[in-house]
Order: sequence, then structure tokens, then C-alpha cells
Amino acid sequence: MAVQGPSGSGKTTLLMAAGVLMQPDSGAVVIAGEEPYKLSSEQRAGFRAAHIGFVFQQFHLVHYLNVLDNVLTAALALPAADAKERAHELIKRFGLANRAGHVPSELSTGERQRVALARALLNRPKLLLADEPTGNLDEENGRLVLDCLAGFAKEGGAVLLVTHDPKAAQVSHRALRMENGRLAAS
Amino acid sequence: MNIGRLIIREILFRKLSFALGVLSVLAAVGCLVGALASLRNHDRRTEQIIAAKQAETQEKMELLADDYRRITLKLGFNVLILPKDQKLSDLYADDYASKYMPEEYATRLAKSRVATINHILPSLQQKVKWPETGRTILLMGVRGEVYMRGAGQKPMLEPVQAGKIVLGSELHQSLKLKVGDKTRLMGHEFTVAKLNDERGTKDDITAWINLAEAQAMLGKAGQINGILALDCTCADARLPLIRAEIEKILPDTQVIEFASQAIARAETRNRASAEAVATIEREKQGRARLRSEREAFAAVLVPLVVLGCAVWIGFLALANVRERRGEIGVLRALGVRARQILWLFLGRAMVMGVVGTCLGYASGQAAIAGAEFNAPLLAAVLVGAPLLAALASWVPALLAAQQDPADILRQESEWTQSSNFATSRNISAVPTAWCGRWRASHCGLAQVSLWRCRGRAAAARRRC
Repeated sequence: MAVQGPSGSGKTTLLMAAGVLMQPDSGAVVIAGEEPYKLSSEQRAGFRAAHIGFVFQQFHLVHYLNVLDNVLTAALALPAADAKERAHELIKRFGLANRAGHVPSELSTGERQRVALARALLNRPKLLLADEPTGNLDEENGRLVLDCLAGFAKEGGAVLLVTHDPKAAQVSHRALRMENGRLAAS
Repeated sequence: MNIGRLIIREILFRKLSFALGVLSVLAAVGCLVGALASLRNHDRRTEQIIAAKQAETQEKMELLADDYRRITLKLGFNVLILPKDQKLSDLYADDYASKYMPEEYATRLAKSRVATINHILPSLQQKVKWPETGRTILLMGVRGEVYMRGAGQKPMLEPVQAGKIVLGSELHQSLKLKVGDKTRLMGHEFTVAKLNDERGTKDDITAWINLAEAQAMLGKAGQINGILALDCTCADARLPLIRAEIEKILPDTQVIEFASQAIARAETRNRASAEAVATIEREKQGRARLRSEREAFAAVLVPLVVLGCAVWIGFLALANVRERRGEIGVLRALGVRARQILWLFLGRAMVMGVVGTCLGYASGQAAIAGAEFNAPLLAAVLVGAPLLAALASWVPALLAAQQDPADILRQESEWTQSSNFATSRNISAVPTAWCGRWRASHCGLAQVSLWRCRGRAAAARRRC
């Protein structure tokens, strides 16, 4: 699902609310049959780790960690015995196998976004929230990221995509338009 | 990936910030360890000085005691035991006792082991005519010392061997006698064994011979007329007790004490001893005062340094939290718990504390020459310093843990958008990596870089 709209229309707020980071003033958020805002703060963190993956426009990689460790930061929240194997698998899948030991400053923007994507997918989330994932990327890298998101959706995951990019909206099953904090078109 | 690994990687990345924190702990621990080591050294040095002083005093006192012994010997007798019926007026008029008592009294007195007497010298003394020279002399028969503590006791007075004679200065000078000369006294031949120096007393006209020979010559076999008790360890207050003790063992005797000599000696000795004790005491007090001054200084300095370091560590932790705001936001968005974030910063502070403690302990020890390894102190600071560092970082860590990830991510997003806007219009010549994201990988190596990044970012924003 793609969400479009002008700046300040509430796209990111919607994303934060859906990502269990910002409690909505009214209404309910239900993810995988659960209402996470009824949980305690610590439980909500656990819920996020187990069910939600985030991809940001500015990647938000930890700049002193290499690619492998950046991907593995998701395992801090949800430790798993196979986390390392899974991280290697994702790194390979996103064509970063030869960059696993590099820090973000040594990567191209496209590579950084792919690292962020691998990190978001490490804990096998059910919902992937992407805030302008192609905003900083060239056409080729943008397409690559959108393909990844589409692939995740095909595997049964849900993607909520905030974007200004018309191409990004085109690959989504459903596109929403927001204006002044309200849903303007669907 | 775990929190520990994240802490280590972050420390390795922000080396300067970590080093500044370590330096702070090092200063605090070094100051504490140095102060304590200095005090310990002071105590050890004090013990050495006092021990050396005591040994020196002991040695001096022994020398002094020996000197007193010799001086006392030259001065005369401390206590003179006389037959009970001896009139003192006669004694003082004639210079010798005219009454006699058995020689066995000396042995009895020695066997009784009177605690206050160290040397017993029986003698037979009489003023006689030296017919061969026409002189009147004091003839004194001595047998040397009657040992109270066995033959190992150091003798106060050497006995005069049979056939030998010791002469006072006036006698040997006037008679022109030398050691080894033969001389006749009351029909008996003697060899001069020793010539005494001038003493200015009746000793100058005294001739000392063997007691048995004197008894034979004077017709007083087995008799003596005085027992000299030397080297009494008596002070004036105890003299009546000594007198009572002796008279109890030898009821037919009386005891005369040469008070001026004995008391002067006792007083001098006691005064010297008291002076020695006072000197040591003064030294102890001086050292104690010095220690107390050092202790007072340390009591002010150490808490001040520790407090200053704690504030500095807190400041560094706060800067670290601010620098890592974006990282905290994304970690929280990924589901990392608040308490994990708390430990991320507390753990960093504790690592800082451990490293700083090790270096600080080594520095503190190295700074004080001769400081000994103190395992309990090391253990205490190894526990205390990291805890204190964690405590100093507690508030910043708590702030980090309580930050709202949504706010952080939103602000980060807005910041990026504005910088991208500026960059797209080529408004700023400053690279995006510097001004657009001042917490990006090119920044943050040190606080200085952070400020520089902020400055450039602000400049770029103004241009926008």
C-alpha cells in the first residue's frame, strides 16, 4: 500500500502510528490481530521487533558498524540463534556479500538502502513500513528497492509505503492520498 | 550482535570521547591511589624512622649506662654495708670502719640475689703504717667481685691477685714505683700490678692487695669491715626499701648510701632515658602531625577530584547521548527496549571505569616511589570507580532510554529534507555529509567535530 501526499499531510505520522511508535489520539491500530497500543511500553517494543520492519529515507544505519553488524542490530531486540546465518543470507540476497565488512560511509547510497532493507527483514516481520525508501536513490537503485519490497509482499508480507515517487506508487496494490492529516483519496 | 559488542564497537569508533572519559577516571583513581599510597608510605617511613631512633637511643643508652658504670666506679661506692655497731662518726673521722663482720656475709648477700644491687665487693680496709717507707697509708684488701648472677657477669672491679699490689697516685709517685717493681709492705713482698691516676681522694694514699693477704697481715682472718654494693638500680624513693632488704638478709649490718652519687646517677640516667623517650615521642608526634596534614589535604583533594571527574563523565555521557540520538531512535524503532538503551550507556561508562581504574591505579602507584601493591585497594577501586562512572552517566543514560523514537525519527527526517533542499539548489558549498547530517559518519569522532559540523550545518541552513 502506497501513501502519497504533500509535505505535512500526515504521511509520516500515519507511518509512526502504524509502526507502534506514536499512539494515535483516537481509533485503534490492529496488527496481526493484536492491538499493540494496549500493551505496555516494553511489550510494544517487543511487538515492534517481532512484527514490524522499518526502512527510512535516510537509512539510519549505525555508522560505526559494518554491514553485517548493522543488519544484526535488529537481533538486539529479538535475539535468535540463526540471526547471523539469516543476516548473511539477506546480505547475499541484496548483493552485498562483498561489502559485509564495510562501514556505511564506504557504501553507495543504494547499498546503504539495501543494508537498511536487510536489517528490516532480519526478524521476518509481517509488516514493513517504508518512509520514502527511494527518495535518496537513483533510478536503478530505486527500482531495486521497490523490487525487494514487492518481493516481500509477494511472500505474504504487508508493506506500507510513504512515497512521492509515482513509480513506487505504481508497484503497490493500493494507493492512498493524504491531505491535511486526512485520507483524501484511495 | 549484543549490547556488549555494540558498546565495544562504539568505543573503538569514538576513541577520543572514550579516552577523555578514561582520563577522567584515571585522574580520580590515580589521585585516590596516590594519596593512599602516599599515606601508607608515610606510615612505613614513620615506622622506620621511629625504629631507627629507638635502636639509636637504645644503643646510646647502653653506652651511657656503661659510661655511668665506669664513672660510678671512679667516683666511689653507691652503698656501703657496715657492721651494725660501727659508729659513723668514727668511720668518717678515720676513713675506715673499725668494726668487723664475717666475709661470709658477702656470699650470703650475693646468694640472696637482692634485685636492686648488681655488684658486691667485700673489703677489709685499715689505716696502717708502711714501715718500709715510713708512710701512713690506707690498706685495702679486696677479693674482687662476689658474683650474683654466675661467672658470666661482667665484673665491676678486677680482683687483686695474691702477691700483687695496686697503688694510689700519691704513693707510687712519691715512692717512684712502676708497674712490675717489687716492694715490701709490712714484711711481705709485692709486685706492683697497677698504678692508679690521681683522683684527689683518699684513694691516692691507698694500697690495694688481695683480701686473704690483707686479712693475714692485719690478723683478721675471715673478717671484712665493709661490703661495697655497686651499680644499684635505685632511685631516692626506693633506698629505704634497699636498706630494709639488706638488713633483713644481714641483720647485723647497717647500710650507708652515698646519696649524692647514687641519686645523681639515677636521676641523670632517668633523665637521659626520659629525654630519649621524649625525643621519640616528639618524632612520633611530628610524623603524626605531618600525616594528619596530608590526610586532611587528601580528604579535600580526593573528593573534589572525584566530583569533578564525575561531572566531566556525566557531561561526556550527555554529549554521547546527543551525538547518538539518531542511533537511539532507530534502535528503539527496531524494538530495542529502553532498558537495553540504558545499559548501552551505563555499560560504556563501566568499561570506561574499568580501563580508567587500571590505568589510574598504575599511575597512582608509579607516582609514589616505593608504593606497594595493594590488592584490596585495587579490588575496591575496580568495583567503586566503574560504579561511580555508571552513576555519573545515569541521568544521561536515563534521558537516552526515555527518548521518544518517533520524535527522533521525525526530526531526523525533517533535518534531512531541509538539507537535501539546500543541496538541490546548490546553496551551500558545504558538503551534505557535513551540514545536512551533522551526526553522520564523517562527524562525531569527537566533540570538536560535532561542534564544527553543527556550525557548518547552521551556516547552510541560514543560506537556505
